[in-house]
Amino acid sequence: MEAASVTAAATPRRSLPGRAWKWLREHAIVIYAAFAIAYMLIPIIVIGVFSFNDPAGKFNYTWQGFSLDSWKDPFGLSALTESFLTSLRLAALSTLGATILGTLIALALVRYEFFGRRTANFLIVIPMATPEVVIGAALLSMFLVYFGAGILGFTSLLIAHIMFSISFVVVVVRSRLIGFDRSLEEAARDLGASPLHTFRLVTLPLMMPGIVAAALLAFALSIDDFVISNFNAGTAITFPLYIYGAAQRGIPVEIYVLATMLFVVTVAAMVLTVWQQRRAERMAEVLAEPEEEPYAGTPAVPPVPGAAGG
Amino acid sequence: MTTLRRRLIPYFLLGPGLIWLILFFVIPIGYMGELSLRTGSLETGFQFDWAWSNFSDSVSRFDTQFGRSFVYAGSATVIALLIAYPLAYAIAFRGGRWKTALLFAVMAPFFTTYLIRTIAWGTILGDTGIVVDTLRFFGILSDDGRLLQTTAAVIAGLTYNFLPFMVLPIYASLERIDTRLIEAAKDLYSSARTAFWRVTLPLSAPGIVAGTLLTFIPAAGDYINAEFLGSTQQSMIGNAIQSLYLNQRDYPTAAALSFVLLAAILIAVFVYIRFAGSESLMGEEAKKA
Repeated sequence: MEAASVTAAATPRRSLPGRAWKWLREHAIVIYAAFAIAYMLIPIIVIGVFSFNDPAGKFNYTWQGFSLDSWKDPFGLSALTESFLTSLRLAALSTLGATILGTLIALALVRYEFFGRRTANFLIVIPMATPEVVIGAALLSMFLVYFGAGILGFTSLLIAHIMFSISFVVVVVRSRLIGFDRSLEEAARDLGASPLHTFRLVTLPLMMPGIVAAALLAFALSIDDFVISNFNAGTAITFPLYIYGAAQRGIPVEIYVLATMLFVVTVAAMVLTVWQQRRAERMAEVLAEPEEEPYAGTPAVPPVPGAAGG
Repeated sequence: MTTLRRRLIPYFLLGPGLIWLILFFVIPIGYMGELSLRTGSLETGFQFDWAWSNFSDSVSRFDTQFGRSFVYAGSATVIALLIAYPLAYAIAFRGGRWKTALLFAVMAPFFTTYLIRTIAWGTILGDTGIVVDTLRFFGILSDDGRLLQTTAAVIAGLTYNFLPFMVLPIYASLERIDTRLIEAAKDLYSSARTAFWRVTLPLSAPGIVAGTLLTFIPAAGDYINAEFLGSTQQSMIGNAIQSLYLNQRDYPTAAALSFVLLAAILIAVFVYIRFAGSESLMGEEAKKA
């Protein structure tokens, strides 16, 4: 980014090439970033475009012609639809489990001093530093040695998905809890609320954006997981596992259609969450304004940075 | 009584989650260790007999795959850093009102299935794709040259798939920088370049350390990119582990390989953090938490 300035012997004359060069120098990083963003979006665009393909054979690898056939009946392949539903069910259940377990851990880590905190922290971090293939292999080893291959299926997938999502939930919720104004809780207690009431009416609503962000992340991790599922699925087939199997036999266009639909729905959910959060913040600002005047300059509610993003 | 109850509260909160992690992460690693010391075959069953030779045998059998994994993951990490840092910098300091939209674009790959993304790269880099055509036109690639099933394709796939993990932490650390520090450096007659190298870059070090780890670790264990974009000449250690576990069912060798991979990555991470300074990785978190 700063590399452009190496050759920049600033010319005092403002000739046309000189000005062009100056403009280029100033915007070099923006242009670079635009290319980088394009690079990140290209495969997504390819997926969207190829969902309208009219493939000649079984493989949807080369562009043959425009067709709406797959969009008209995206759920026509029953095995594919079945796997998609399995993935949704699995993601919903594992998100629920991981969000509850992870939020409780985050509360304990931020709110309490206790013996064994460092160990607990270490236990949270280490699964995130372990390659997925090792996590999958280790779980499979235990299932094989202890229970035999019979246990593999939806249950073992659910166990695995909750396991690898917990750490991410803890990290996201914890970052939200750290920037938490405890005086609001004290105020509730002063006004006679019981600890349980305080938690339900003050703490939980304030934690909610963090919990929602964590749940979205857990859902995304689960629905997209291939490696760990590949090891522990047994006979169960999730959406990514179906794709993996299909890649050997030929990839139906419907896969691209479902992937595009999934993409659009997730983006819509994310945009809605961000929009909702912004609106709430704006409303808080508007409501706070009249009271704010006596102490000009001190915002009533500190703006909370979006907790989204792993 | 109340103090005792208060003391126990954190353990009640931690309990369920940590028990889950111990039961389904820590103990499985132990079982993998036990499995790696067994001998036998699928037909006769695997007996435990302290077969330490499994480790040396499997490592010498798959040393090329190990080497490849670290070289590929290392290259992908460096390339991803070169792409991600200027991008994160542009979003943080030049993003303006487009900031949120740009962050969405960075996260967009997460919203499509990992496997399909990789297969889409296969389409892009395919023999009849536009990239190959262009490279052949300019003579960079010979007329029968291809991109698929080359080392370059696998590294490109790894770089692409883990790029958001590099951009987001770097962005987060750049975003936190107090821009007054950079202005102060300029007020004190530092050039823009010096201000960047002496102020901005050191302050964003935690993001770089986190980003490189988040890219390198999954890339080193990955087997999807090598499978879809490479050939057997590009197969990585993840491919070996997967095929030994799921196809050949040579569990002891597979378990030994997984163990060595885990150990190698943990050692690499510790050395790296030592070298990069644990402060820069944990600094912000450790102070607050």
